[in-house]
Amino acid sequence: MLAEANSIPVVELEQTLLRELIEQFRPNMITVQKTADQIPTFWVDQVIVHDVLKHLRRNAKLSFHVLYDLTAVDERLRVHREGLPPSDFTIVYHLVSFERNDDVRIKVPLKEGALEVPTAVDIWPNANWYEREVWDLFGLRFAGHPNLRRILTPPTWTTHPLRKDHVARATEMGPYVLTEEQELAEQEALRFNPEDWGMKRHSETADFMFLNLGPNHPSVHGVFRIILQLEGEEIVDAVPEIGFHHRAAEKMGERQSWHTYIPYTDRIDYLGGVMNNFPYVMAVERLAGIDVPFRAQMIRIMLAELFRIASHLVFYGTMSQDVGQLSPVFYMFSDRERVFQIIEAICGFRMHPAWFRIGGVAADLPHGWDKMISDYLEYQLKRLIEYDKLVMRNRIFKARTIGVGAYTLQEAFEWGVTGPGLRACGFAWDYRKQRPYSGYDQLEFDVPTGSHGDCYDRVVVHIEEIRQSLRIIRQCLKNMPSGPYKSDHRLATPPLRERTMHDIETLITHFLNVSWGPVLPPGEVTVSIEATKGINGYYLTADGDTVSYRTRIRTPSFPHLQMIPLISRGSYVADLIAIIGSIDFVMADVDR
Amino acid sequence: MNHSNEIAIGFSNIVFGLAFLMVAASLLTWVERRLLGFWQDRYGPNRAGPFGVLQVVADGIKLLFKQDWIPPFADRTVFVIAPAISMITVMLAFAVIPVTPAIGIIGNLNVGLLYFLAMSSLGVYAVVLAGWSSNNKYALLGGMRAAAQMVSYEVFMGLSLVGVVMLAGSYNLTAIVHSQQHLWYVVPQFIGFAVFFLGGLAETHRLPFDLPEGENELGAGFHTEYSGMKFGMFFIGEYIGIILISAFTTVLFLGGWYGPILPPFLWFALKTGVLVAFFVLLRAALPRPRYDQFMAFGWKLMLPLTLINIIATGAVMLFWSTS
Repeated sequence: MLAEANSIPVVELEQTLLRELIEQFRPNMITVQKTADQIPTFWVDQVIVHDVLKHLRRNAKLSFHVLYDLTAVDERLRVHREGLPPSDFTIVYHLVSFERNDDVRIKVPLKEGALEVPTAVDIWPNANWYEREVWDLFGLRFAGHPNLRRILTPPTWTTHPLRKDHVARATEMGPYVLTEEQELAEQEALRFNPEDWGMKRHSETADFMFLNLGPNHPSVHGVFRIILQLEGEEIVDAVPEIGFHHRAAEKMGERQSWHTYIPYTDRIDYLGGVMNNFPYVMAVERLAGIDVPFRAQMIRIMLAELFRIASHLVFYGTMSQDVGQLSPVFYMFSDRERVFQIIEAICGFRMHPAWFRIGGVAADLPHGWDKMISDYLEYQLKRLIEYDKLVMRNRIFKARTIGVGAYTLQEAFEWGVTGPGLRACGFAWDYRKQRPYSGYDQLEFDVPTGSHGDCYDRVVVHIEEIRQSLRIIRQCLKNMPSGPYKSDHRLATPPLRERTMHDIETLITHFLNVSWGPVLPPGEVTVSIEATKGINGYYLTADGDTVSYRTRIRTPSFPHLQMIPLISRGSYVADLIAIIGSIDFVMADVDR
Repeated sequence: MNHSNEIAIGFSNIVFGLAFLMVAASLLTWVERRLLGFWQDRYGPNRAGPFGVLQVVADGIKLLFKQDWIPPFADRTVFVIAPAISMITVMLAFAVIPVTPAIGIIGNLNVGLLYFLAMSSLGVYAVVLAGWSSNNKYALLGGMRAAAQMVSYEVFMGLSLVGVVMLAGSYNLTAIVHSQQHLWYVVPQFIGFAVFFLGGLAETHRLPFDLPEGENELGAGFHTEYSGMKFGMFFIGEYIGIILISAFTTVLFLGGWYGPILPPFLWFALKTGVLVAFFVLLRAALPRPRYDQFMAFGWKLMLPLTLINIIATGAVMLFWSTS
């Protein structure tokens, strides 16, 4: 999907990049890898990786200005490694150029005993948290990192959970006992120490107040802690702290079969529902080589857009509540309830339907679905006009949001901002438009943008996206193709049942796929989509097994939270609340 | 003989007044929640008793039986006194309200209006002391906001009433109502009315001017550490404050008990009730301005407006008296 949409044909891009890298660096340090997603993938030696990255960012004719993802893979148990350089741990940099619509993946093989690479924070500031995450979960070090400390696990944690030799279940670890001393030590470890973050307790004229906002605070949208350095009510600096919602979703991916992992994805961005299934099942289908029937594709789009509306309505309501408006949130939640009624009628569940399947969707649309949806479309458009009067044209709301928490397009690139937050800066980059997947190219819709990148523009973009989603759903309603709702590929899970009762081969496939799960051919793939809050991607590594070898979930909220200090310095506590509201994140999407 | 009779009447007035006020304020919590429910497409409390009226009783019982918790890091004495101040000052202020010529405790006090302003100023102490004694950063920020907000809005509130006093020629509230027999002051003193009402919103720190509580920013602001009946006193104090401001607006600008057909008491209750509902409506409709925007609004808009109002009133009066 990706390959077809790119501006430069992938093979050509790969060749150009390879030529450039070989010109600049020693050829024996560079290896090319073929992946199922056809993203150019180069292995480079840890000695030159910093220069390579810098080159790709700054000097090359083909510059990649966004660090889309940074993660690692424990390669020690991997069986299918034909043609790859020897490696115990691999660090993976996924770079993107939005302007040219190109990707590149840089991999660094590391051997045990030398698990260290130079930091990339000086090249992309958003590498900071990603590197801390890799250190935390894999124990790989980044030389020169400004503050390489644990980010998802507690500060007192001692192991690196995503290593293959680490247990996956708590029950494998023996009973947990918390003594009083331990409890005190854990409490003490949570105490904020400004010096650790290079902060001063006093300026020449004032003593600073360090305010601990969260993890239980009405306006942080979940368990998110942010420590504020205040002078009066003005924010001097801020330190966001995450990890309270970490549930090791990536580790679970290495334990659950390809099929049984689907419900776990629902809970990543818990407002996004099936939107989370989308990139995951598409990645699996890509590995398996499954073509999804048109009807299933259209149903997927329709459900995903319904969830986008549901999620954006929550955003809209909570955003206005964050600036002190009490009523809109009730109106928007009752609208969302109508969306859920449709979703429930189709999927049988409301928030986490886990309804997409490898090769299609779980079931065909029920009778009467079209009536429900057309009624809803009528209703919602009228309500949006009312909300414009109530919220967007309110003078106090404008005063609270216009010019607050603004960032430039350049900053958005540097910090890896995607989704409505990027489009609010006036840059019309929507994954559905730029790299259409699942048939989005068949649908008409606009990509709304803002111009100032402030809180108000982010809200404007969200609201306009609700309208565009309604438009997309209307087209799905009118043009829903007929045909099967699931592929008849042998890896589609669970397989279509029609012939199962008459044909022993089909019965066996059915039995194996349901009991053990499908076995996917070895390979690597990244599939991303335009999720509710930005670009959500799954980077799957299959090793010829019923489970994933490595499941990497790239979520939009993670980099978004990282830039809070940048955009809140110099503003007031109340502004910070507006900023947090306008970013549109959920903590499960950050911590995974 | 005559004396003891007067004392008995005064005493019963006080007792009934207080009882009525307490009941009204606690009922108001129910009224507000039902009204908010109505405006927000939901029910509000509707289970306990007819239309959920007994919710008030249930809440009262709950608050009374909560553990009386004083945080170990708080300044005990001040922490206990603060909610009492909050309630006492608003209740004392009620003493000077002439509900009707017959109902009222000291409605004829010759400095009634000043007494009211003094009492509402004292109310600031409750919030500031609560914020300070809690020894909690959120409470402190709330207390600081409260101090700045209430002290500045006190200024405009006082000044906005100067026009009324000039027209009525008296600080006596009964006299002020009498002078409105033909024309309510809301007409000649509309600016004064608007400023007084906004100032009242700020004094009672109700949304949109609830910055000292600022739920979304400060958790619960100055009363973060309060629970049980101490919290209940702040809570009831706030609702009595709403009734107080509404009642005063009625007395000063809406002609008090005057009105056709209905008995005076009903007129007074009706006018006050409409204003109370307006308080609730504002809470349902508006977002909260930022602290600095709110202060700028006060000093840069309200203050000049009230000053112009005073000058204009004086000029018009001078013109009328000389011609």
